Amino acid sequence: MAETAYWEAIQRAHDEEMTNDPLVIAMGEDIGVAGGTYKATAGLYDKYGAERIIDCPISENSYTGIGIGASMIGMRPIIEIMSINFALLALDTLVNAAAKIRYMSGGRVSCPIVMRTPGGTAHQLAAQHSARLARMFMSTSGLRVVTPRGPLDAYGMLKSAVRSNDPVIIIEHERMYNLKEDIPEEEYFRPLEGAEVVRQGEDITLIGYNFSVHLCLEAAKKLEADGVSAEVVDLRSLKPIDRETIRRSVEKTHRVLVAEEDEAPVGVGSEIITGIMEDCFFALDSQPVRIHAADVPVPYNHKLEQAAIPDVDDVYQGALKALGKI
Amino acid sequence: MNDSDKIRLLRDMIFYRRFEDRCFEAYVERKIGGFLHLYSGQEAVATGVLEMANVGVGEKGDYVITGYRDHVHALKAGAPAREIMAELYGKETGSSRGRGGSMHIFDPTANFMGGYALVGQPFPLAAGLALGCKHKKTNQIAICFLGDGANNQGTFHETLNMASVWNLPVLFVCENNGYAIGTHIDRSTAQTDQYKRVDTAYNIKSSQHDGMDIDIVMEEAKKAVDYVRNEQKPYFIEFMTYRYRGHSMSDAKGYRTKEEEAEWEKRDPIKILSDRLIKSGALKQADIKKMENEIHDEIENDVIKFAEESPEPDVADLNKYVLDDNPDPRWIGPLK
Repeated sequence: MAETAYWEAIQRAHDEEMTNDPLVIAMGEDIGVAGGTYKATAGLYDKYGAERIIDCPISENSYTGIGIGASMIGMRPIIEIMSINFALLALDTLVNAAAKIRYMSGGRVSCPIVMRTPGGTAHQLAAQHSARLARMFMSTSGLRVVTPRGPLDAYGMLKSAVRSNDPVIIIEHERMYNLKEDIPEEEYFRPLEGAEVVRQGEDITLIGYNFSVHLCLEAAKKLEADGVSAEVVDLRSLKPIDRETIRRSVEKTHRVLVAEEDEAPVGVGSEIITGIMEDCFFALDSQPVRIHAADVPVPYNHKLEQAAIPDVDDVYQGALKALGKI
Repeated sequence: MNDSDKIRLLRDMIFYRRFEDRCFEAYVERKIGGFLHLYSGQEAVATGVLEMANVGVGEKGDYVITGYRDHVHALKAGAPAREIMAELYGKETGSSRGRGGSMHIFDPTANFMGGYALVGQPFPLAAGLALGCKHKKTNQIAICFLGDGANNQGTFHETLNMASVWNLPVLFVCENNGYAIGTHIDRSTAQTDQYKRVDTAYNIKSSQHDGMDIDIVMEEAKKAVDYVRNEQKPYFIEFMTYRYRGHSMSDAKGYRTKEEEAEWEKRDPIKILSDRLIKSGALKQADIKKMENEIHDEIENDVIKFAEESPEPDVADLNKYVLDDNPDPRWIGPLK
């Protein structure tokens, strides 16, 4: 095992997959000579050259489209979008092309691209650098959407994404790139599908993805001090959703909370809770609770920003509500 | 190119015209649904350009991609006519298994990489195909056919810039038919000569030619194809042409005059080539009539018959082809 930062895990996955398969390339803004905004491709330009670590002009829609075109004939592009906000510029090629080409060609052409992008709020980056669009991508047929919560998945899921034959969106998080974790030194893969119980508990299920898993884990510690045993489920994949793992947990704990950094209307929690209603309504002892961002563009002012996005205390208080303690 | 090659090309164009006319009839009979965009009038461009490219040789050939007016490009690239017609009929035997329809013909066995309904979307996809060709060092090139209307999309500018910076072997063929759906180019586009929009702006060589005379199309396309392949650089070639029918079947053509249409029809691409072959003595009028009859019979007895008799997709297969239907559990899961 080796202590590895989230960005290092991504860099290592790139490096190994590019060594393994000459058809793997990386594309994005400032990923080559400049080394990558979050260092996810650090050192790789010198190792693989400009033909495989491709510095792109600021043309998100078309360089994503170029990656898609290349993938249609067997290339395996890993496309970095510097911020998920900029992915909105690439929606035509991602949603209208990559997500649909396999279907509208009757399965004859596939688009095995990987698009990686940070998709959360950082520190006072204001409305146009703080979008959380997980809920939008998870509603698009033909895409896979995954949300690695730490270095273990950041490495293992990127490697799986490169090898899968589907277009995969990997949503990372600005506040997780320096998160460290011990991960195996030998090569491993983590599957793209499947939620994971990351903390066992009996009294309530806290469901998160990406950064909000950490809010759930911290809230679970606070609840433990109150004598409450909280189970934490990391969704890992937002498309498809592993409803079976959620059902099993809710049938055990009978209470549930979903924590997301996305806004609430038509959010991730809406979908998860609807699934719970359909799958295990009679297992519930109280109303489900969702913790989410305020329905506002993310403000610049620090206090306003903090008020707009959920924190550990929001999850803790929400859990107490689900438990009938407040 | 000898007379028998020219006669073959004439036959191609007559076949394409009849194919599109037959689609029109089937649409009126409600055998074909959705949107239907017909290519009649522009045949010399796809036929002439692709005659000069390496197509009809399967997966080792050049890649072809275009917009939604895609039947003829797919045919000339080598996709079977009966499969294209079956696709228009929504049948399981269609080019896209009935899932795509008229605007989304795909045939990877002919390297025909699709028709796309988002105007301008094929620009980056074509450059990506070219990037793949360059990376694999296969000496294949990508050929992207789009209309003048597509050149007002951001993808045109973004892609031409990258194709030039990265020296991608892609031939952009602009079929300038003068109309972006129903808006004349004079009313939508500041620089109406499309080839002038790329040379100094993106440092890409470009030229403009008559798109109704297939001999001119082939002569110029040969130079362009050779340049792209040998220099490993993009080229932009513009052909002046005209579509006889409306933008799609729902278009009453209220934006243009009968006189304008008649002017262009005097320079019909099939007429130009057939007149030339008759004048040179290679063909007689009776030969052309015979050819038309044979094509008519082939389309009825083979193409239409196949489409009519083929089964529709099974509704139980609705969710097939969304994602990889046989994924490797090592990458996909489930998580153990």
